[in-house]
Amino acid sequence: MQIGDQTWHFPSQPRVLSTGTAVGPMEGAGPLGDSFDLVYADAYMGQSSWEKAERTLFELAQDHAVRQAGLSMEAIDLIVSGDLLPQNISSNFAARTAGRPLIGVFSACATSMEAVAQAALFIDSGFAHYVLAGAVSHNSTAERTFRYPTEYGAQKPPSAHCTVTGAGAVVLGRGEARIGVSFATIGKVVDFGVSSPWEMGAAMAPAAVATIVAHLKDTGRTVADYDAIATGDLARVGLPIARELLAEQGVDVGSRLQDCGVLMYGADQKEAFSGGSGPGCCPCVTFAHLLPKIASGQWRRVLVVATGALLSAVSAGQGETIPCIAHAVSFESVDALTQGGEPS
Amino acid sequence: MTGVWLFVSAFVVGGLICVVGQLLMDLTKLTPAHVMTVLVVSGAVLDGLGLYDPLIRFAGAGATVPITSFGNALVDGAIADTRQYGILGLITGIFEVTSAGISAAILFGFLASLAFRARG
Repeated sequence: MQIGDQTWHFPSQPRVLSTGTAVGPMEGAGPLGDSFDLVYADAYMGQSSWEKAERTLFELAQDHAVRQAGLSMEAIDLIVSGDLLPQNISSNFAARTAGRPLIGVFSACATSMEAVAQAALFIDSGFAHYVLAGAVSHNSTAERTFRYPTEYGAQKPPSAHCTVTGAGAVVLGRGEARIGVSFATIGKVVDFGVSSPWEMGAAMAPAAVATIVAHLKDTGRTVADYDAIATGDLARVGLPIARELLAEQGVDVGSRLQDCGVLMYGADQKEAFSGGSGPGCCPCVTFAHLLPKIASGQWRRVLVVATGALLSAVSAGQGETIPCIAHAVSFESVDALTQGGEPS
Repeated sequence: MTGVWLFVSAFVVGGLICVVGQLLMDLTKLTPAHVMTVLVVSGAVLDGLGLYDPLIRFAGAGATVPITSFGNALVDGAIADTRQYGILGLITGIFEVTSAGISAAILFGFLASLAFRARG
């Protein structure tokens, strides 16, 4: 049910039954390398093109998640997924392999939490028992679509992002699990007039802040109710901007505010520039790094705020500004759900 | 300009053209494609003013290797053909001198793509 202006509350608290993450070599070499389920040394994934590699990565992550849940693909009622390529092609091909009904979603790098929010909605409403949600990106397909292919040899400024080669998938459903989903806050499109594709972090920070503020207002929660608030891919440029903008609105997040794009790569990985981005960034870090902290009892709640820059190759080419969006999902331990999963 | 001084002037002039390109990259919001276009057009304008050919005589490869010389070649060809054939030469001459470079880029690009694969 809707609470407040932009937030959905899921009374049945759909459970996170399992997750699957599959990443490329650079992500595997990063600080979270050991946390991912599947790490591949070959960015081509043994395929003949980057696009085929991307869809293969997604298929492997989805397959892993389903098997970890103790299910077969036939048991999945619905797939909700998206990616960064035109017409969501990687999701479409992965769903062709899975052979299950698909709802394709797109909000660029915020796709993962849009998919999770919808998956929770379908389960909460009784329209599905098991939903597979996820998102994928590949550095080389994104470079080809939005920036410059490697062969072009373009220089990048330090504020540039590095699109993550990775796929994250999650199975939501009813059943026994340590983690559930209580709230989702659907973002509004925010545009602060940034037009440079090298300044994505700065462009997306206001969208993340708007969604975080709306979430806290709608749910009546405070920052202290969360062990961490993790943005999707603001990276090293956008994260301090978001912190500053939140402080201006009277929200003191302190060290609770983290960013998946910052967590993904080490400071020694220069080719990552300011940090990770892409639809695969947020789900990979969330599923492999953040949710295990809840499962282990270290954390009780985390608000994942996936951030998306909704530019298209055409809009960027025509010099348009970058419209941005952020979708937030609250993942909570079962204990936290029973104690405070109701809107106050 | 001959002998060792030609090497020095080629190094300095070629380097300075690259410095201009790097400054455009670092200090403006121009994309790499825009920077390339600015350099090509600059070379064309300099040649139109009669300044690029003296620069080549002074710096040799320092002036012919950077992309500015492509603009210079475009204008060189157009002026030469216009002198010979009149106003139509303005159109035909543009690619007169540069066709070798363009064709070579296509041919060698194709050959390289047969032998190598992008690493990402």
